[in-house]
Amino acid sequence: MVELSGAEIIAQFLEDEGVEYLFGYPGGAVLHTYDALLRADSVKHILVRHEQAAVHAADGYARSTGKTGVALVTSGPGMTNAVTGIATAYLDSIPLVVLTGQVPTSVIGSDAFQEVDSVGISRPCVKHNFLVKDVKDIAETLTKAFYVASTGRPGPVVVDIPKDITDPNIKIPYSYQSSIEMRSYNPVIKGHPFQIKKAVEVMLQAKKPVFYIGGGVVLGNASASLRSLVERLNFPLTSTLMGLGAFPSSDKNFLGMLGMHGTYEANMAMHETDVLIAVGARFDDRVTGHLEHFCPDAKIIHIDIDPSSISKTVHVDIPIVGDVDDVLTSMLELLKNTDQSNDEQSMKDWHKQVKQWRKKECLRYNKKTKEIKPQYVIEKLHEVTKGDAYITSDVGQHQMFAAQYYSFEEPRRWINSGGLGTMGFGLPAAVGVQLAHLDQTVACVTGEGSIQMNIQELATCMQYQLPIKIINLNNRYLGMVRQWQEFFYEGRYAMSYMDSIPDFVKLAESYGHVGMKIETADDVEDALKEAFAMKDKLVFMDFITTREENVYPMISAGKGHHEMELMPDSELV
Amino acid sequence: MRHIISILLENEAGALSRVAGLFSARAYNIESLTVAPTEDSSMSRMTLVTSGSAEIIEQITKQLNKLIDVVKLNDLNVSCVQHIEREMMLIKLKAPVSSREEIMRLSNIFRGNIIDVNDDTYTVELTGTSEKLNAFIAAFECDSILETVRSGVMGISRGSSSLHL
Ligand SMILES: Cc1cc2nc3c(=O)[nH]c(=O)nc-3n(C[C@H](O)[C@H](O)[C@H](O)COP(=O)(O)OP(=O)(O)OC[C@H]3O[C@@H](n4cnc5c(N)ncnc54)[C@H](O)[C@@H]3O)c2cc1C
Ligand SMILES: Cc1ncc(C[n+]2csc(CCOP(=O)(O)OP(=O)(O)O)c2C)c(N)n1
Ligand SMILES: [Mg+2]
Repeated sequence: MVELSGAEIIAQFLEDEGVEYLFGYPGGAVLHTYDALLRADSVKHILVRHEQAAVHAADGYARSTGKTGVALVTSGPGMTNAVTGIATAYLDSIPLVVLTGQVPTSVIGSDAFQEVDSVGISRPCVKHNFLVKDVKDIAETLTKAFYVASTGRPGPVVVDIPKDITDPNIKIPYSYQSSIEMRSYNPVIKGHPFQIKKAVEVMLQAKKPVFYIGGGVVLGNASASLRSLVERLNFPLTSTLMGLGAFPSSDKNFLGMLGMHGTYEANMAMHETDVLIAVGARFDDRVTGHLEHFCPDAKIIHIDIDPSSISKTVHVDIPIVGDVDDVLTSMLELLKNTDQSNDEQSMKDWHKQVKQWRKKECLRYNKKTKEIKPQYVIEKLHEVTKGDAYITSDVGQHQMFAAQYYSFEEPRRWINSGGLGTMGFGLPAAVGVQLAHLDQTVACVTGEGSIQMNIQELATCMQYQLPIKIINLNNRYLGMVRQWQEFFYEGRYAMSYMDSIPDFVKLAESYGHVGMKIETADDVEDALKEAFAMKDKLVFMDFITTREENVYPMISAGKGHHEMELMPDSELV
Repeated sequence: MRHIISILLENEAGALSRVAGLFSARAYNIESLTVAPTEDSSMSRMTLVTSGSAEIIEQITKQLNKLIDVVKLNDLNVSCVQHIEREMMLIKLKAPVSSREEIMRLSNIFRGNIIDVNDDTYTVELTGTSEKLNAFIAAFECDSILETVRSGVMGISRGSSSLHL
């Protein structure tokens, strides 16, 4: 057996595990590890410009590929900078392994230079974390970390490694172990057959059924089985923000996104449904609105791999704990063996009702303006990229416009921070996505507020020649905040303006990229075409948009799904 | 409702803080919590007393089960389980000559043991349900009690069912 130091074991393990990219930033506590990594040829280290970005980039890589993302940061400030990234991944259940340097074991607890309690700080926002206290434990701990991060309900795992554990002079035997049994961790995969059967019976009795799907369908790679099931049953389907793309937006049964900024037809269908089939979705408060008004008439079936997601806020009638793909496949099997189907007349009436709701055309906006409407930019972005791009997003109104107007057809194309809502996510996430898909189109939809939270990553993009297209919907406002102030604070815009905005064209150019400023609606399409034709350049497109555009539909706090506000007619002319 | 939850926990550094952290992060109640290694030194046994509605208790057990360091757990207050619970208390009482007789009498009634005496104080050891310990405390004037230490509740199921690997 080969004898390796702790640092060499880390490097060799990452190679053996097949890790393609390691996103990181060096510092004292990880110097041994960095030195060993120089010899790990198959692991490409990507040097970001801020540790938060390292974790977001690993996260973007993970979301767009389904593989585990990996980041490496130093102790103390390196670790604390990474926390926002870790929490972002945690709330959206993204598989990550984050390696953090730590001060030597002999001085842990002494307030040593760059010491923080990394295990303590990260505990509430990781799936699990480890402190490696003996070099002999390092290989097994890494095996556990990758296993825990990627199985069951995925999530980030932090491995804190004191510097002496990586000492180049202490060598021990190493062999790679790809899997491991843990007595205290056995995620349930197979759904209970009895529950599945009961669910199918209820589904077949339904008169006004709706599928409500979420990020679990993406995480569980269950798009194909979901599509077959919906085809067999012909039920309308709505998706959360996190599930977009798992089901094709162009499908006749797709109702659009539901929830706070969901479509009229999706939210009305939720309100009227008699059988709700929740698939890998967690009844988030942005989705349910006021719980008292939530799906008042529905029997609820819920498929989720995490028992704690079930009946957390909304009581579920038929819980099914298991992997989505496994459960949906079992449902399809059951349906194959029966010629029973839903009452024809009721289904006809239900689809007719849905059609009626669609007639509201709730996503209509005024297209006849000289000013650039943010919705228009996204629609054109869809056209120019043929709906085939990977779209990352930041957080705010632009995120909602991207979700509503870029009709996603495939899973893992829509990369955004839903649970934590982290401004600054978009650009570094795009770094990870582009590296994972070097010959694909990647665009980052952002706002002038969000982009400034991780703007330094333009340098990373230059260094690694990443031709990301940045779509900056520049409304000179922290628009989402401003919208709430307009609605709920009588238009008192406390601190939601954006002053001293940089000249983004010059800024992009100073990093060596191409910058474009687009100021009228007429120029939008040509500019996009021109930018996306530059296959090997990052182009920063600064779209000067309508300042006070609002995101509609909107369900205000305390309201039910049927109490949406739509865009006022006055804005539509 | 009050629930006693028995937990087998990996005997790892930090396992206890994961449980404690879960309760504070999710604003669940902890009435008491005891933990010590079991006959298998790789595991600790924890007894946790909490309270909440049925929905909250269900979330608590689900969230606890989700912790990687939790090997197994058992809610002792579900209808199909009967259980025994015990708590131990050491109580130091002022013992002027005039009260000694009374302290001994009460200790006997409560099946306590006097485990330490000196000129001014008696220390009594007492085991039982929490109510019993409360009743013992209530039998004394506040200012005659110098100190109480309670172990927190330990619980075990009746009959042959048991919490083990
Ligand atoms: C500004 C802003 C506005 C927002 N507005 C909206 C809105 O209008 N509508 C909306 O929907 N969201 C909105 N969100 C997002 C919202 O905050 C939540 O992130 C989102 O609703 C959660 O999506 P989800 O229910 O699909 O859960 P996710 O967070 O994606 O969770 C996935 C669920 O699937 C389960 N799961 C994972 N893997 C599997 C598997 N293999 N098998 C089975 N189950 C699995 C998990 O246990 C979990 O319960 C908004 C966010 C922001 C920042
Ligand atoms: C790190 C962080 N800080 C604050 C917020 C609160 N917040 C949500 S949206 C938003 C405004 C975003 O502004 P911008 O990026 O310009 O997007 P717009 O809404 O204008 O499209 C703010 C401040 C957040 N989500 N994340
Ligand atoms: Mg803005």
